[in-house]
Amino acid sequence: MAREMISLADVKFPDVSPINEIARGAELGPRLLPLDRRSFLKCAVMAGAVCGISAFAEPCAALLPWAGGPTQGDSQFTAEARFYEKLQNKKIKCKLCPRECVVGDRERGYCGVRENRGGTYYTLVHSRVCAAHIDPIEKKPLFHYLPGTLAFSLATAGCNVNCKFCQNWDISQVRPEQIRADYAPPKTVAELAKQNRCPTIAYTYSEPVIFSEYLMDTADAGHEAGVRSVVVSNGYMQTESLKAAYGKMDAVKIDLKAFSESYYRDVVGGELKPVLDSLVTLRKLGKWTEIVYLVVPTLNDSDSEFRGLVRWIKTNLGVDVPVHFTQFHPQYLLKNLPLTPVPTLERAKAMADAEGLHYVYIGNVPGHPAQNTYCPKCRHLLVERVGLTTGQILIRKGSCPFCKQPIPGIWHA
Amino acid sequence: MWLRSHRPAAALMKKSEGTRRDFLRACIAGAAVLGTGGSMELLEAAEQSSALVKSRVVIARDPMLRGAGTTVDSKRALNLLDHAMQALFDADHPADPWKNLVRPGDRVGLKVNALGGHAFSSNLQLVEAVCERLQEAGVKANDIVVWDRDTEELERAGFHISSAPNHVQCFGTDRTGYEEDLVTYGSVGSRLSKILTRSCNVLINMPLLKDHDGAGVSMALKNMYGVIHNPNKYHPNGCNPYIADVNMLPDIRTKMRLTICDATTAMYEGGPAYKPQYSWKNNALMVSRDPVALDYVGWQAIERKRAEKKLKTLEAEKRAPLYIATAADAQHRLGTNDPRRIAVIEAQAGR
Ligand code: SF4
Repeated sequence: MAREMISLADVKFPDVSPINEIARGAELGPRLLPLDRRSFLKCAVMAGAVCGISAFAEPCAALLPWAGGPTQGDSQFTAEARFYEKLQNKKIKCKLCPRECVVGDRERGYCGVRENRGGTYYTLVHSRVCAAHIDPIEKKPLFHYLPGTLAFSLATAGCNVNCKFCQNWDISQVRPEQIRADYAPPKTVAELAKQNRCPTIAYTYSEPVIFSEYLMDTADAGHEAGVRSVVVSNGYMQTESLKAAYGKMDAVKIDLKAFSESYYRDVVGGELKPVLDSLVTLRKLGKWTEIVYLVVPTLNDSDSEFRGLVRWIKTNLGVDVPVHFTQFHPQYLLKNLPLTPVPTLERAKAMADAEGLHYVYIGNVPGHPAQNTYCPKCRHLLVERVGLTTGQILIRKGSCPFCKQPIPGIWHA
Repeated sequence: MWLRSHRPAAALMKKSEGTRRDFLRACIAGAAVLGTGGSMELLEAAEQSSALVKSRVVIARDPMLRGAGTTVDSKRALNLLDHAMQALFDADHPADPWKNLVRPGDRVGLKVNALGGHAFSSNLQLVEAVCERLQEAGVKANDIVVWDRDTEELERAGFHISSAPNHVQCFGTDRTGYEEDLVTYGSVGSRLSKILTRSCNVLINMPLLKDHDGAGVSMALKNMYGVIHNPNKYHPNGCNPYIADVNMLPDIRTKMRLTICDATTAMYEGGPAYKPQYSWKNNALMVSRDPVALDYVGWQAIERKRAEKKLKTLEAEKRAPLYIATAADAQHRLGTNDPRRIAVIEAQAGR
């Protein structure tokens, strides 16, 4: 069947505002144009062209041009899981995240993307990309990592928690076979990132913990091709799997969703302690890490919780870790709550500043001055941001050009 | 297997006719299932509790359901179904119960359980028998849809996949997808199968009787996990309160008319995946309009089997099916788990 190929210029990207911590790809306009029809076709050949229908309604299909769809036969997406133990009676215990799901034959774990087949555990989402976009790195948000650059951003279906405010529940809270996905093996992703002038591949949107094997292989392929990798994650992971998988990352953004176990239990469906442990492990590994705290009105916005959070960060991670307090928008199962008032975010920032944290940002509030980076010593503006775009970047050789104060981060490719 | 299309009712009725008196003779009150006392005491208990009785659960048995072989005999399955339904509805004629349940023009979904492959899924002969009785009650063949989550699983279980006109429909939600919109109740937020929301106004639940490592047991209420897009999210904490909450979702609650639990083969340990060493040929059906009562009675049946096999109770194994009590509580009221309010009726078929 003849299939019409279209270029990104023809693709209408969804008009999505930068809301919550993992908002989907926004319109980028001309920056995407360099990927022309010929590039698409070339990629298609390289990828081994999985053909099918021609409707390219999904952004994923726009970036994975060979994608026909639906490519639901699962053998190409199935690989043995790397973090599990075999038990008696063909059961297994998953060791990827702290849930430690014990899974019987032909069943799946909580995340819905790992299946026991005859006593061997498989990931069903290797190279099974359900969303792909080219985003500014600021959208992750990573503010101290190659500002003003693009990240080739991708996701598979699934998540190991179930946040009631999830912005992307339609991909994170589904099983892989319930959503259109395309085959995107690691080398092809690395190649596409290069072609699209993205110095970075970002694993994001859903929850990369649950596609760790794919993330590891893609990071390796990217590094071979000179492309870096960053991950946007909830950090709800076992220490050993975290070291193995996120050890391959160049930077990490962790969504620290609250500073109370009760919130993690009732709103997230997870636990706080393992996330804090992950942050400490990442620090020990020397990974550049930024933290996002989505402030949800009435649920995690008390003074005592903010104070506990920033004190813990100061004590365990130091004052240089960037912290982003971001605005909540009503979504998914929390539509009954209002937007976070900006003064609440400013209160959180003020408390963090008072505790001595150096880089405290306010997110999802376009135009707020607390989106910019300032020198903690001389207070000069160093990186100017407007929405998701970066204006002036004044940092020189990792330091403030005015007072020479070192500014931590990864500033140059 | 092709799901049988309409057969003349009279031919079947002859073989399956039983009188109301037969059923009542076989009627034993709930205490019998719970394993107490002698028959006089049982009758007294039945009489005493009759004022409270709200929910009937029929257990119909046919020891010769498989004849001399291992597969269920179609005619005996139909006969067993008739006995069960007549006992439940106090009906003298096999067609009568169905007239209470459905009308011509209804679109009826039979939610089977096909996860266990050929060895342990809703029994084909039983499903056929239900389709036959529905058609005799005036429901068109193509207004009946036999379904579960996944078409391939249905095929593996032996169902013939069909969307041909004038035939009983049979396919999985993977063919239709789930509604875009989320529906919520309590702790649950899910998208519902379009088969439920768009292809049926009547739901007949056809689960199995089995042990479940998470929920404790899996029967009527748990089978509704096959209707939502995200069942994997609702297994923590013994599936409690999630099972009850899922059953409160409006399309499920308002369309559910009947549960026909296939207990021809049942499992008392090692579920939900099929483990032949923990299964038994029970040759029985359980039917009820109260899914909570049915689950309660089924749970007791599994406990009796476990005791017989010298296994610990589910409670001792810390996996008692607490979701049953939740489904009966004041927030849910999906039925009763109070044995005093459950009439368990034993009906013997195949005589
Ligand atoms: S990664 Fe998935 S299967 Fe593994 S423990 Fe976590 S939720 Fe369970």
